[in-house]
Amino acid sequence: MVDKTPLISVSNIRKTFNKPRVSELLVLDHMNFDIYSGEIVALLGRSGSGKSTLLRIIAGLIPPTSGKVVFCGQPIVEPIPELSMVFQNFALMPWLTVLENVELGLEAQGVAKEERRTRALAAIDVVGLDGFESAYPKELSGGMAQRVGLARALVVDPDVLLMDEPFSALDVLTAENLRGDLINIWRSEKTNIKSVIIVTHNIEEAVILADRILVFAHDPGYVRSELAIDMPRPRDTESSEFRQLVDDVYGLMTTPLVKTTERAQFDNMDQFYRLPKVTISEMMGFLEAIMGHSDLDRVDLPELAEECHLEIDDMFPITEMLEMLRLARVSEGDISLTKEGLSLARADILQRKHIFANHLLANVPLAQFIRETLDKRESHVASEAHFLDILKQHLSGKVAEDVLTTVIDWGRYAEIFSYEYNSGLLSLENPT
Amino acid sequence: MSFHRRMGRKYHKYEAFDWALPNAWDLLAGVIVLLVLTALAWSTSHMLGHFSVGQHLPIHLEARYLPYYALRTVVRMLIALACSLLFTFTIATWAAKSRHAERIIIPLIDILQSVPVLGFLSITVVGFIVLFKGSMLGPECAAIFAIFTAQVWNMTLSFYQSLITVPKELKEASHVFQLSAWQRFWRLEVPFAMPSLLWNTMMSMSGSWVFLVASEAFTVANHKITLPGLGSYIALAIERANTHAIWLVMMAMFAVILLYDQLIFRPLMAWSEKVNMHQSSLETEPSSLVLDLFQRTRLFQYLGRWFSKVGEIIVNGRWVQKKRVTLKVEQHYYWRLLAMVSLYIALGSALCVGLYRLYGFLAVALTWHDAWHVVFLGAVTAVRVFSVIVVSSIIWVPIGVWVGRSSKLAAYVQPVAQFLAAFPANLLFPVVTMAIIHYHLNVNIWTSPLMILGTQWYILFNVIAGVIALPNQLFDVTDTLCVRGWLRWKRLILPGIFPYFITGAITAAGGAWNISMIAEAVEWGKHHMYATGIGSYLTEMSQQGNFRHLVYAVIVMSVYVVLFNRIVWRPLYRLANQRFQLN
Repeated sequence: MVDKTPLISVSNIRKTFNKPRVSELLVLDHMNFDIYSGEIVALLGRSGSGKSTLLRIIAGLIPPTSGKVVFCGQPIVEPIPELSMVFQNFALMPWLTVLENVELGLEAQGVAKEERRTRALAAIDVVGLDGFESAYPKELSGGMAQRVGLARALVVDPDVLLMDEPFSALDVLTAENLRGDLINIWRSEKTNIKSVIIVTHNIEEAVILADRILVFAHDPGYVRSELAIDMPRPRDTESSEFRQLVDDVYGLMTTPLVKTTERAQFDNMDQFYRLPKVTISEMMGFLEAIMGHSDLDRVDLPELAEECHLEIDDMFPITEMLEMLRLARVSEGDISLTKEGLSLARADILQRKHIFANHLLANVPLAQFIRETLDKRESHVASEAHFLDILKQHLSGKVAEDVLTTVIDWGRYAEIFSYEYNSGLLSLENPT
Repeated sequence: MSFHRRMGRKYHKYEAFDWALPNAWDLLAGVIVLLVLTALAWSTSHMLGHFSVGQHLPIHLEARYLPYYALRTVVRMLIALACSLLFTFTIATWAAKSRHAERIIIPLIDILQSVPVLGFLSITVVGFIVLFKGSMLGPECAAIFAIFTAQVWNMTLSFYQSLITVPKELKEASHVFQLSAWQRFWRLEVPFAMPSLLWNTMMSMSGSWVFLVASEAFTVANHKITLPGLGSYIALAIERANTHAIWLVMMAMFAVILLYDQLIFRPLMAWSEKVNMHQSSLETEPSSLVLDLFQRTRLFQYLGRWFSKVGEIIVNGRWVQKKRVTLKVEQHYYWRLLAMVSLYIALGSALCVGLYRLYGFLAVALTWHDAWHVVFLGAVTAVRVFSVIVVSSIIWVPIGVWVGRSSKLAAYVQPVAQFLAAFPANLLFPVVTMAIIHYHLNVNIWTSPLMILGTQWYILFNVIAGVIALPNQLFDVTDTLCVRGWLRWKRLILPGIFPYFITGAITAAGGAWNISMIAEAVEWGKHHMYATGIGSYLTEMSQQGNFRHLVYAVIVMSVYVVLFNRIVWRPLYRLANQRFQLN
């Protein structure tokens, strides 16, 4: 089924977002891959890996900083009707009915009214929404709204369907239902779609849908590994073969890129490191979940994720934080607590704070830096704006704010400094 | 807590830190506070001077008088604002708490906000002069009352709206923890309503400058009443056709608006953003130099703590604690019913008597011909209002969309438009008047732009806000489907901004009606120009002291405004909210 000449080829894509004054923010680097006719490809990665940005570059919505995307020999510089897109939050015009929403793309092509209607009705039929033609989007549930999004993309008869986390805004059951329908539409050959590119952060979803999974590294994003899936459809999510594939993907995502000595990846961390946005209670909850397992040396991450109802977008920041603080080690899809991690998890509330404070000061340079600044000053007071300005020398505005908010949250919990929201002052005072 | 205490004690060695030692910022902040207090007290004392009807207060056109006049004007504004807040806190709360009060108050306010403010003035000024015989307080109160009526209605409605939408859970929590009604008011209801109340107060302040300026120099029953202030200064400058003075007062006004924005609203906005109940805050938090300054000062932080102690006593004093209820006393249902019914009957009959008296008052002087003539004039003004809204929409909608699509540009344009909306448009009237005289233009057509001069900005910045609020994904959709040009306007942009545009247009139209009284009758030196319309009719009647005609014209105009609101704007607004609202 797979054709040898690529349908789409992505070569040397690099994308930076320009920040005035500040060093450029690199989102994508060295992007190279081909998409062939007859396959569904999943772009899998956690948030911040630039996968949605890449999809928008392929769609021609935003230009790459360098490199190019070629579709059937033609470079893509603006959106073309052959590539159509399904959006994460459905993106339906609230003032148009289902039918009018679906007709929109045909209207743009100047299709006559009668033909427009017939084709739109046919597309609505394909996604199973007949009877709702005259409904407004707000009358529809999330699942039905995304069906409209799908019909709208199908009606223009595209060659490639681009899907930007199309099921992530839906509840678990609805998402499963829609995935099944997507596969049915794909296999029924009622449409002329030659290929589907789907962006997702859900490992199971990628394994259910894709013929090929491209695993993205983050910060900056590039394809760190690739996995072909030959399992026949429909795929049984309970089968051992499926579970093994999911485990493999976890392994691919957690194996350190460069074989390094123990935890050396955090040794070169400086105060501008992008701290993962994790709250203390998330971290503690995760620790407790680990403690619930019998074999504390190797706790299976996929199992843990399912148990805590965590998507990889939520879980990997937590494991990153634990590794950074030297409280845990992650490799090949497993996590194990360090000695200190164990004693933290077993301690009472006050001891926990104490242990956490020690690890925070020892391992997070930014926390260290803030504490030193406060120690040095005679008043022991400094404004958050001061630290924000320093962070902004190397980080973009939003990221700098996130990082500072995170470190303030951790520092307050550890009681290594205190913070007053109204005045924005960090100090060594106790709140009055 | 051992760990906590150890960390804490270690850094308490500087005992002086607990005292409020003034720092450099204190000096600056102190000077500002003292200056403001002195200025306000001094100019308030001038309000109590002597006044008798027919007396002419001298106004000087020299630049050195301007700061004094500006101060007097600002004091009037602030007093009116205080009254408005008091009214809002009491009446809106009453309406929100009592079903019976709600039934009467809310429709009444809805009507009252349609009554032309300046028409009000000519009627009330006489009352106040009689009330404070021989004192400056008479005309002062009349001017303040005019500003009050320009400010208060939307503040009250917004506060009422917030009170009835306080989340049920929060109300339940305050019941469970036994807060008294007084405590609940200050701890829950006021903070909850704050952001929207503040926003409405700001809009009110902006809108009322026009009327403040117009109400300081007023001719009623052939008597010219002038109060020292920027408004009288403008009036005199127009009378003497003094271009130089007009420029001077424009600059003064500019400075005044800039100052109150910096000293009052920016601090309040920045503060309300911090205590905002809603999780999603604005992209850019409003920042305030003044708030930063005061937060940096030690003495003022100390004073702030003192104030919070006073606040603590007021809000939580023993006298407001909820009495512990042990026994529920049975209410006498039938007695209450009887009381309510008799109250309604009393109100109804009072209304009937009032209407009958009003009819008697008007019927003496009004012929049917007069009556129809005023209705005709109202129609002329209605056409004028409608046309200026259409014309300014054609101009500002494309510009607003263009600005809104570029976030950098919007960041600059938005505050400027808001500032321009606060700038009293009557300052620019002389410019247009001069042009009309110079080019011999048609008065009926060319005075129309004056009506929209001050309020067109509402259309602009609402359109900008609407475009910014449109999710980028929708633009992505139109891009991937290659929807461009007019189709994109028709399917995405115009429907997307519709709710915002309608809000802007309603505000602009309301403002246009209100200002018609000064926009349809303009003068410059010895030139007096009257356009045909109910606004110029009102001006004429008020100058002649023909109160029966005046009252009738005010009623006709209010009916027009109410009808327009009910027949045109409200259905459009409802449509906008049902069909075109995002989410």
